Amino acid sequence: MADNFPSPAEWRQQLTRRSFLNASVQGIGAVALSSLLTRDLRGATPTTSQGALPGIPHFAPKAKRMICLWQGGGPSHVDLFDPKPGMVAFAGKDIPASIRGDTRLSSMSSGYAKWPCVPAIKPFQRYGAAGTELSTMLPHIGSIADEICVVRSLNTEAVNHAPGVTFFMTGSQIPGRPAMGAWLAYGLGTMNEDLPAFVVMTSSDKTKTCGQLFFEHYWSNGFLPGKHQGVRFRGTGDPVPYVGNPAGVTREARRTMLDDMQAFNREHQGLVGDPEIDTRISQYEMAFRMQASVPDLLDFRNEPKSVLDMYGPDVLTPGSYANNCLIARRLAERGVRFTQLMHAGWDQHNNLTTGQLAQQCQDTDQPSAALVKDLKQRGLLDDTLVVWGGEFGRTPFGQNQQGQGYKGRDHFGKAYSWWLAGGGIKKGHVYGATDEFAWNITKDAMHVHDMQATLMHLFGINHEALTYRYQGRQFRLTDVHGTVAKGILA
Amino acid sequence: MPSFRLPTLALASLLLARACVVGVAAEQSPVEYNRDVRPILGENCFYCHGPDANKRKAKLRLDLRTDALQKKAFIPGDAANSELFKRLFSKDSDEVMPPPESHRTVTAAQREILRQWINQGAEYQDHWAYLAPQRPSLPASGEGHPIDSFVAARLKREGLSFSAEASREILLRRVALDLTGLPPTPEETATFVADRRPDAYERQVDRLLASPRYGERMVLPWLDASRYADSNGFQQDGDTFQWVWRDWLVRQLNADRPFDQLSAELLAGDLLPSATPDQKLATAFNRNHILNGEGGNIAEEQRYVTLFDRVDTVATTWLGLTLACAQCHDHKYDPLTQRDYYSMLDAFNHVPERGVPGGGPSRFRLDQPVLEMPSAEQATRLAQLEAEYEKKNAATPALQAKAFEAWLALPLEKKGTLDAKLKELAVLAKLTEAQKKPLRAHYLKNIFPEERKKIADFKGIDDAKTARDKFKTSDAYPRVMVMSDTQARETNILDRGAYLSKKEKVTFNTPAFLPPLPPGAPANRLGLAQWLFTPTNPLTARVQVNRQWQHFFGQGLVRTSEDLGVQSEPPTYRELLDWLAVNFRENGWRTKELQKLIVTSRTYRQSSHVTKELLAKDPENRLLARAPRFRLPSLILRDVALASSGLLQEKVGGVPVYPYLPPAPWESLAITKERDFTYPTSHGPDLYRRSLYTFWRRTIAPVNMFDVSARQTCRVRITQTTSPLQALTLLNDTTWVEAARVLAQRVTKEQTTDDTRLARAFALILSRPPTEREQGLLRTLLQRQRLIYQADLKAAEALLSVGESARDKTLPAGEHAALTAACLALLNLDAAQTRD
Repeated sequence: MADNFPSPAEWRQQLTRRSFLNASVQGIGAVALSSLLTRDLRGATPTTSQGALPGIPHFAPKAKRMICLWQGGGPSHVDLFDPKPGMVAFAGKDIPASIRGDTRLSSMSSGYAKWPCVPAIKPFQRYGAAGTELSTMLPHIGSIADEICVVRSLNTEAVNHAPGVTFFMTGSQIPGRPAMGAWLAYGLGTMNEDLPAFVVMTSSDKTKTCGQLFFEHYWSNGFLPGKHQGVRFRGTGDPVPYVGNPAGVTREARRTMLDDMQAFNREHQGLVGDPEIDTRISQYEMAFRMQASVPDLLDFRNEPKSVLDMYGPDVLTPGSYANNCLIARRLAERGVRFTQLMHAGWDQHNNLTTGQLAQQCQDTDQPSAALVKDLKQRGLLDDTLVVWGGEFGRTPFGQNQQGQGYKGRDHFGKAYSWWLAGGGIKKGHVYGATDEFAWNITKDAMHVHDMQATLMHLFGINHEALTYRYQGRQFRLTDVHGTVAKGILA
Repeated sequence: MPSFRLPTLALASLLLARACVVGVAAEQSPVEYNRDVRPILGENCFYCHGPDANKRKAKLRLDLRTDALQKKAFIPGDAANSELFKRLFSKDSDEVMPPPESHRTVTAAQREILRQWINQGAEYQDHWAYLAPQRPSLPASGEGHPIDSFVAARLKREGLSFSAEASREILLRRVALDLTGLPPTPEETATFVADRRPDAYERQVDRLLASPRYGERMVLPWLDASRYADSNGFQQDGDTFQWVWRDWLVRQLNADRPFDQLSAELLAGDLLPSATPDQKLATAFNRNHILNGEGGNIAEEQRYVTLFDRVDTVATTWLGLTLACAQCHDHKYDPLTQRDYYSMLDAFNHVPERGVPGGGPSRFRLDQPVLEMPSAEQATRLAQLEAEYEKKNAATPALQAKAFEAWLALPLEKKGTLDAKLKELAVLAKLTEAQKKPLRAHYLKNIFPEERKKIADFKGIDDAKTARDKFKTSDAYPRVMVMSDTQARETNILDRGAYLSKKEKVTFNTPAFLPPLPPGAPANRLGLAQWLFTPTNPLTARVQVNRQWQHFFGQGLVRTSEDLGVQSEPPTYRELLDWLAVNFRENGWRTKELQKLIVTSRTYRQSSHVTKELLAKDPENRLLARAPRFRLPSLILRDVALASSGLLQEKVGGVPVYPYLPPAPWESLAITKERDFTYPTSHGPDLYRRSLYTFWRRTIAPVNMFDVSARQTCRVRITQTTSPLQALTLLNDTTWVEAARVLAQRVTKEQTTDDTRLARAFALILSRPPTEREQGLLRTLLQRQRLIYQADLKAAEALLSVGESARDKTLPAGEHAALTAACLALLNLDAAQTRD
């Protein structure tokens, strides 16, 4: 939650904004307002920021906006990203204790007496000029292999979903701190005041058999000012809460009402002199503009069929992953700083081989790749960072849930994989490596805090220097850790 | 003697620079360690040269004068030759302090302060908040009220004075909103305006303090502090019965329970001698935390998450200390060690809990221990069920005896397996009571449980027992998670806070740098509560008084109300804070008395009008030459809308309700099929209860309550921001639209002309009549909406259909809709959202 009153830096910034608003408020007469109604909401992608903290970015950024394709549940690095042909010959045999060491596991498997090696359920294949090895279940991501960097050496301390997601998003396993999108909005400001700077969308696997919940604290402002909280676009009702007028209120009627209301507010300001009333007036004007910009955002009528086809058959189904990917591109075009697209369905405890994993790959593979291609063909990929990954990987040994046989894999944080693209990321590259069981990292270990530091770096932010003072100390996303992984930078 | 003096002009500019650095709070006087120097050293040096021995560089600590002198960090009186000072200017990146990689910089103005401080003799002071407050004498200022005498004296020195008293209308609205969260009715305002008695205002204050609405308002900051929610959080997000505790707290606040007694019950009511159910219930404060019920999680790890949270919550709420920092290492800034942290944690480590909620088919998920808190009707019903069972069960011994005799009569081969000794007995024709005894024992243990099922007479008894048990575990039967110290556990210091890395054992104690536990105090939560309220405790009274100030002024005298430690912001009026703290303690910790003192001050009663001069001189209103204006909390905004329309229900307490939210607010939780997450929207009066009673799902807070604590961890600072989403809420949420419609209907019936109707609606929201100019604006507002809705009756009907409450269809739709739109505009005015 926020501090009630701004820091000196914020204060200066607000004063500047106020004087700006003072000027603009005078301009909101009937004529200006009618132009607001018909304002062309499409145009060049905005790149100038309002409300950045002084001195931020600290250096020239590579990325201006980010789309996080969150894969909730823990996608299996063993089956998708980290090929270990040696595991095939070892199938069914216990993974040696020398490999397992004292790895902390979830209470579902920590008491196991057997650790049968389960190799990848489908073959891997080399993709692209770079020859990056990926599962054949991910052909579309394979088709962008020369755009992406696969990280095979990510690691986390978390053994369970909510702490793991909270850790990546906020830098702490315990809820309460600001999410990364809130930090970026706080530090860098917004590039489009008609839309939130930090947008969240959620989707889940079709059968809902493998899902994990998404909690508000994954997009919390924590102790940062409340306006930096992520705004969740919803699949039902108004996409943004209350963005639609009540029944019987047209846009024109609302405009008329706001005009008369604002006249009142200005009259009141004359009486009490509080400059905060300017902020209130502008807040209502921004709300009015948002009521137009949100429907425009979600109006796909101008999308050519060729583009819709890229994203696959679900693209027009509201609330689907594909639909959200297309919205993410449209948000990026409109200058939204941070889009956190959260998809559930990667928690294969006992449905590795039931077809669920294959289905899940099919549902996410094409839209994910389409997003990268679509951004690229619009010239947006160079300064849009796209990341794909979840809170941990999955155990190289099989999980025998409820004695039904080794049909799944448990949570595994010691080593797992992500991929990234655009926004200053090295193309066609593989970073880090693990041992022959995809269990221990053997090269270029990258902790969650290192990933956070690296993403901030791409935004031109020194992760140690974007801090917020709360409870007597300077907090930051990376706590007291984090090293930029230079090896994944272009 | 200082070896070097600044020329007067340089000194003046230095002091000016300092005023800019720390804001207007700093007064122009010689450099003072606490006010001027410690913030610089704390921010830039203590991280590596402070209390944390593990992180200390070059074995140098600068937070203690003797240590700093021993290491020759500076030469008192000779800044130019002091190592500390030279390092600030070093061009060598290995030498310069703070080092570049720390991203900390000491500004030129701060260097000048350090130079002057060393030249003055480099004297240290203990942190002000760690010394027990003494009652300062009141400054001579001509003001009769103690608060005003401190404020007036300072304002005079700054060349300022109080603003004029706010108008009676504004003043009553202000104090009513602050004390009860509801605006005064136009009739209440009229009564006050007409009351010419000298104590008219005081009478209003007394009336509001005695109102049952008072506790409903004052409980809100407590809910934030205690991270209260109606569900656990995380997957499953099971519901809880903690609302019973919420109701208890509202009652205590209304009854003005002294703060020391209230606190003792919140922390340790279960440990009081012959604790009553209510006293045990009080301790639910410590059990309102998150509970993680995810499959696969490690219960003991989660239990430690809870323990850490309890320590943090208590330290923040009562001590204003950021004790959490000492979970992994000695505190970087405050003299708190890891040992202090785990010694405090021991107080919370003896609860017979698992750390994770239980499972089961119910939507409620609880962890032990729980306290049954039936309502009076439920208690009666339970007593009936209990009696029915007892009555039926009374026949059990006779039925058992009969069954036993029947078994005895069976031939040996039908008696089942018996050992040799029992066989010998079983074949005897006649048995003595002594001989029967082992047979009976065998029978009851091994035969009877199965036999029992075949005997019809037992079914009635079992049914009665099931009826009783079912009643006691039903979703309607409150079981509140509370504290209890019945589980012996060893408490250890944890290496870096990792629950598996236990180091040496500790037992309960309070932080070593603060006064010790009072003699005879038990080494548990109760002792902790007693220690908090010893007269030598420097923090408890200040922390509480500061938060009370924050409630009435939007910001505390110490703005960092969650932290009064060495990194806190220096108070604007330290002497006033101390005076209030001592007074609060000496007057028996009576909260209503403290609040009355605050709201009857001239400081509180002055106008909030902002002039250019005040804005230039004191933009953040730290000096209080005017009253603050701030937006009402979102929970109160909703209450105001409901109250002005007359929809608001007065019922106090009870199970949480489910007012309007946008469609399917919880459905994103329904990703798993573990339970039904359909939002059970209330109907009828429950739609119009105070916001306080809205069901608070921890994973998805009510979306129309913005700028609120997320109720994940303890929060004590008031938060306020502005975003367009808030405007959209007040313009488009069903609650506000319906309130506008009902308000429009109400004034249409109460009044006969446009002007009087508009003025009445205005007064119901803003508690004052409109000015003449405002009346003109109101007329325009209504006229323009009238043009819209007279021309589009379909739209009018649609607008009037929003909300569940019945509408009087005899009112012409166009007219009603136009006035509805006007009332909605009024509810959205800056003045309506603001406490002036």
